[in-house]
Amino acid sequence: MADTTEVDRLNGLLLCVARQRDRQAFVALFNHFAPRLKSFLLRGGMDAGAAEETIQDVMVTVWRRAGDFDPSLAAASTWIFAIARNRRIDRLRRDRRPAFDPDDPALVPDPVDGAMEMMLVEERAALLHRAIRELPAEQAELLRMAYFEDKAHSAIAQERHLPLGTVKSRLRLALARLRKAMSGDTLGEQA
Amino acid sequence: MRSHPHHHPAPDLLLAYAAGSLNEGASLLVATHLALCPHCRAEVTRLEEIGGALLEGTEQVAVGDDLLAGVLARLDEPARPLIRMPDVTPRPPPAGMPLLPQPLRSYIGGDLDRVRWRLTIPGLHEAAVPCRGGSVKMMRIRAGMGMPRHTHNGDELTLVLAGGFSDADGHYLRGDFAATDPSIDHRPVADADGDCICIAFTDAPLRLTGRFLRWLNPILRT
Ligand SMILES: [Zn+2]
Ligand SMILES: [Zn+2]
Repeated sequence: MADTTEVDRLNGLLLCVARQRDRQAFVALFNHFAPRLKSFLLRGGMDAGAAEETIQDVMVTVWRRAGDFDPSLAAASTWIFAIARNRRIDRLRRDRRPAFDPDDPALVPDPVDGAMEMMLVEERAALLHRAIRELPAEQAELLRMAYFEDKAHSAIAQERHLPLGTVKSRLRLALARLRKAMSGDTLGEQA
Repeated sequence: MRSHPHHHPAPDLLLAYAAGSLNEGASLLVATHLALCPHCRAEVTRLEEIGGALLEGTEQVAVGDDLLAGVLARLDEPARPLIRMPDVTPRPPPAGMPLLPQPLRSYIGGDLDRVRWRLTIPGLHEAAVPCRGGSVKMMRIRAGMGMPRHTHNGDELTLVLAGGFSDADGHYLRGDFAATDPSIDHRPVADADGDCICIAFTDAPLRLTGRFLRWLNPILRT
């Protein structure tokens, strides 16, 4: 699946779209992401028609906003995930998704020493993919539900006949593992 | 004065926000906290990376043959906004440092001076914030004032914007995020050195539990 080369390839395609308005690169991105977005949106409760209309909107947004993409901050898949998530909220719930404004004078800025993430986005993404594959099945399944199904954790608990506390603790365990992997801590496996 | 919040939203709340499954009211409080909390902003970035990795790794479902052609045909359309923005007339940013961070200002229609307070009980002013999914209101508690002891039928989220308050769980200042649920019965008290201004989200009415205050229940339910 996604190793650093694959993450690099996708980021490169998105940069070609941003800088050269490269339609071939855009088609390659479409071919990669559209079938994944469809699976994401179907699991979110859309029918096939609504899912495809939403994919159209997402991909047109990718084309228009490609200039905002910063490969030092995020992998292409993260950036496209965020667009698809916002579009899904708009389409399914007709809600707004409040977000902070990075240029707001009232925003408390990041600490300047900023030695926060030393690892490259590509490396982190590759470690993350591996850590997701290695999650215990019951944690991975709940995590996918939490991200894909547009359901409150209490609804997930009900559907799975699990106490809410169990759902929350499994999700926390899964996140703790992934966070650890992203920080480069692979329990000595690669040392 | 400390510059970063000490009390943060629980991990599963940030997860629901990053995943997009959190309702608008609770999301407004989380997003406003993010403006004041670099720590949680970094956490939400990581959670979005996880979302990206899950999208990358998900199974693929074939799309219709004409979908690509449909997308390509739209690339040269003049841009119109695809994502709806808050439907509030934009105002010029307030002179000087606003007290209310975004996105809250866009819901209020400006900074603190735009809030239309109404007295609820002596010492407590409230103002509803129009929002879908749960009830969101601004609260202004007079310095030193104790709120009636109460418990919750559902979740209550509170974000401090000015001043501070304490309850049995801790002391909360600007940017601090407090969450309570039906198991918690508490009596928040505003700091003595100034009015405490908060924004609160509830998904069910509060229930007063103090002996003499039950008669207030109908008032607070409005
Ligand atoms: Zn925080
Ligand atoms: Zn309370």
